[in-house]
Amino acid sequence: MACISADGTLTESARRMLGVLQHPASPEEVAQATGLPLFRVRSGLREMAQAGLVEEKEGRYALTEAGRQKL
Amino acid sequence: MSTEMTEGVKPVGLPRLNEPAPEFEAVTTHGVIRLSDYRGRWLILFSHPADFTPVCTTEFIAFAEIYPELQKRGVDLLGLSIDSVYSHIAWIRNIKEKTGVEIPFPIIADLNKEVASLYGMIMPGESKTETSRCVFVIDPNGILRAMIYYPLTTGRNMQEILRLIDALQTTDAHKVATPANWKPGDKVIVPPPTTLEMAEERVEAGYECIDWYLCKKEL
Repeated sequence: MACISADGTLTESARRMLGVLQHPASPEEVAQATGLPLFRVRSGLREMAQAGLVEEKEGRYALTEAGRQKL
Repeated sequence: MSTEMTEGVKPVGLPRLNEPAPEFEAVTTHGVIRLSDYRGRWLILFSHPADFTPVCTTEFIAFAEIYPELQKRGVDLLGLSIDSVYSHIAWIRNIKEKTGVEIPFPIIADLNKEVASLYGMIMPGESKTETSRCVFVIDPNGILRAMIYYPLTTGRNMQEILRLIDALQTTDAHKVATPANWKPGDKVIVPPPTTLEMAEERVEAGYECIDWYLCKKEL
């Protein structure tokens, strides 16, 4: 996994993405704010959504309570 | 084709130009990636025969060298071979240790040959266990725009790959074609007329014409 290690800790790029999501944002906005490539952001947000750390609504991602606790 | 030839390789056709590139989800050195994750950007999906092999190593260093130029053009790179992600990681680290070159793009670990089969990257006449040196250029709408196939023994020409990207992007931007050996700054070809009236108008239009069907202009 690119964002969440086997022991449950977040990678540095995952923390950067979550940090941006204090306010809901699109993958394009997250890519711009973090400097990460867009494909990495889309892939990472999908992984973190599956883990329950973020949720997607109408193309914008926001932190869940579990995601907030990870920061 | 004999059973022996197709063993382990799903018999699928090659992808076709100007049709949607086959979607996939694959394990890479940068996590699980889908083709659709690249939507809105150009993508060069390329395969190499195997990690820790000499020609492939020279190619990876060369791809890393043109990476900044590709990024300027809005193009991402995605490699692939039938190796594990652990092998990819070890090879990338080895390249950095021995040459100082960092490989900035992800590589698909296509151990089950799923993506290789979808894109016709395995040429059983060359090798049943390795992908040939294939290049697929996919545009921001997910349409397959160009394919290049090289044999195992011949490393690819990075300047030709850059030239191909420049030509495709110029065609899209200006609705023109590009002649043999074209490079940015050269004259481009005006699409040929398709009616007699247009042909007669074309020769009067002020282009540099050899005849009505071959006219060039500056951009």
